[in-house]
Amino acid sequence: MNSKFETLPVRTKFFTRGTTVVAAIAGLGIAAYLYRVFFGLEAATNLSNAYPWGIWKTINVVAGVALAAAGFTTAAVADVFHRERYHVLVRPAILTALLGYTFAVIGLIADLGRYYNIWHPIIPSMWQGDSVLFEVGMCVMMYLCVLYIEFLPTVVERYRNRVDLPGVLAHFNSLVESLLEVCQRYLVRFISLFIIAGVVLSCLHQSSLGALMLVAPTKMHPIWNSPISPILFLLSAIAVGFPILIFEIILVSRIFHRAPDVSLLSHLARYIPVLLGIYFAVRIGDLTLREVWPYVLDGSFPAAAFIVEIGVGVILPLLLLARKRVRYSVRGLLISVILVIVGVVLNRTNVFLIAYEPLYASSRYVPSLIETAVTVGLISTLILIYRFFVVKLPVLPRPPEPEAVSPGQAESLVTPMKGE
Amino acid sequence: MRKDRRDFLKMSAAATGALVAGAASAAETPVTADFSRAYGVLVDTVLCVGCRKCEQACYLAHSHCKKDPESLLDRTVFEESRRPDECAYTVVNRFVDPDRPDRNFWMKAQCMHCNQPACVSACIVGALTKDWRGPVVYDTWKCIGCRYCFLACPFDILAYEYNNALDPQVRKCTFCHERMAEPGFRPACVKVCPGGALTYGTREQLIDLALLRIKQSPEKYIDRIYGQHEVGGTSWMYLAGVDFAKTSLPEPGDQPISSLTETIQHGVFKSFVPPLALYGLLGLIMHSLKDNG
Ligand code: SF4
Ligand code: SF4
Ligand code: SF4
Repeated sequence: MNSKFETLPVRTKFFTRGTTVVAAIAGLGIAAYLYRVFFGLEAATNLSNAYPWGIWKTINVVAGVALAAAGFTTAAVADVFHRERYHVLVRPAILTALLGYTFAVIGLIADLGRYYNIWHPIIPSMWQGDSVLFEVGMCVMMYLCVLYIEFLPTVVERYRNRVDLPGVLAHFNSLVESLLEVCQRYLVRFISLFIIAGVVLSCLHQSSLGALMLVAPTKMHPIWNSPISPILFLLSAIAVGFPILIFEIILVSRIFHRAPDVSLLSHLARYIPVLLGIYFAVRIGDLTLREVWPYVLDGSFPAAAFIVEIGVGVILPLLLLARKRVRYSVRGLLISVILVIVGVVLNRTNVFLIAYEPLYASSRYVPSLIETAVTVGLISTLILIYRFFVVKLPVLPRPPEPEAVSPGQAESLVTPMKGE
Repeated sequence: MRKDRRDFLKMSAAATGALVAGAASAAETPVTADFSRAYGVLVDTVLCVGCRKCEQACYLAHSHCKKDPESLLDRTVFEESRRPDECAYTVVNRFVDPDRPDRNFWMKAQCMHCNQPACVSACIVGALTKDWRGPVVYDTWKCIGCRYCFLACPFDILAYEYNNALDPQVRKCTFCHERMAEPGFRPACVKVCPGGALTYGTREQLIDLALLRIKQSPEKYIDRIYGQHEVGGTSWMYLAGVDFAKTSLPEPGDQPISSLTETIQHGVFKSFVPPLALYGLLGLIMHSLKDNG
């Protein structure tokens, strides 16, 4: 239970050659973001009255939130179902979710025409219980608060009795110290209440994201226009939670030259084919009951998009991860989880962009350069902040003792990445 | 331990039951308000002569964009099909009946002011509301600019001021509700229409009038009032001399667009039973599995 001995800050300097490249991309993205703020949506985007939602909502917000499902799925397994061995993964998962949601909100602000009104949904006189978007907004906001609370113990653990602010800020040392003390006293003690709330809020808005497009039933392509879309969104979010976490742990251990605990990840990976299989079965059942298979075979662009989504993003990783040999090889694991992640991102893109067929559009929406720069730039900024956090705070699991990894596995892991 | 387990199973069964019950209770259909006394407009495309005077009058009544009012009567625009935009709440388009290419007809497009508007149901902050008198009204001050209402509108008539970086608004026909309280009120476009193609009145009156016209000249009209039943009925309705499939009006069906999403929303959030049940269930699991990690 005492995570103090399980997670440690990574000992490395912040800037390397790789980090600098990421920082440069992030810089371009921030410039593009400012361009949107000063010159408006028309100058920055290809959005129109026919296509009012673009990649900022689809990739940064909707797909971003789906990929941040690592947070609630890991918390559910480790904390609610008490699979204690996965406890070391909770902190990286919570950090992923925290950054994912924070950046979803930053991406949303770029997209909102009147972003300075973003706080309106919390005013009771503007509550709108009929609106799916209202529910998504409220749940995301509350979950974001829960995530910050869930992350607090990590900060408290690192800085309690060790607050040492630089320069004039040193005057606040004792104030911050007592704040941390209060956190330790109250929040950390009742953390389980927040953990459960986090899981409930996640189930609510992950599914509601799937209900968003049901408000346009006459304009949706039949393949994705399913009344059980909320259930499909929830199931796919649950299925992508562990893949994101595994992807992140493997990547991070390569970058920091720390061997990951392969047996832990492989064990966690056992759940993926089960969860993905449930999603796949329900999806197939839904398509069959709604009798939309003819649309899948009509050779159109949406049909092709669907076949790629399911073939590459669901069936292939399902076949791969069902094999023990794949789950126990780092490369096999990495490839499979990337496929699952790609599959979920494709699904969200298909639902929100490909399946949406406006009545009077002359041509399809294609994102502009600025839109793409903002999307990529925000992801890069997220990576930088993630790096900052894991270097400063005890987030990542400590590397396993050398004997825990078999020589063969260790070998495949120590190949350092170029540029690091 | 044994007993704990059994209790736990029983409790979780109860919690799951509550979940299902919450979802099921949502299946009740929402009560449909009576809109027969609400105001609307009947657009008779058989009488429309394509003069574009309604476009000009609408512009003069609102004029939030800079335009030359005379240019709004130029009939060469009919070469292309247009949609209402942030500067024009209404546009007139010309159509050709493929079976009788010698005959043109014109059709004005604007917000339909639906009885059960999808845009109102979708809006995250209630910036769009249905006035009991008929109009669907937009409140700039509340709007956050998410454009979710655009996805919801089954007629795709909403327009956004994408070119405004600081103070963009959703733009659509207002039904001239700003002046609705004035005595003898008629919308600007209705007032100016020279051919009698636009009639303002209560929904009840308009449907009676439409039925009368169809009955009196069955050779001129097809037997359908577009908007009487579509998406649960609309305040603005259309008569036509050709099949509506030959116009640009869609066929969204008679169901109110937002009935499915509202059923889901109310099912999950009615008295918050499902979320609370899930919370209890997870709490039980967390508690009862505590010691066997
Ligand atoms: S036509 Fe569209 S914008 Fe007008 S009331 Fe109906 S849903 Fe709303
Ligand atoms: S753009 Fe404005 S009016 Fe439309 S749904 Fe969003 S907040 Fe409501
Ligand atoms: S009712 Fe008013 S706002 Fe609507 S089209 Fe007519 S003049 Fe324009």
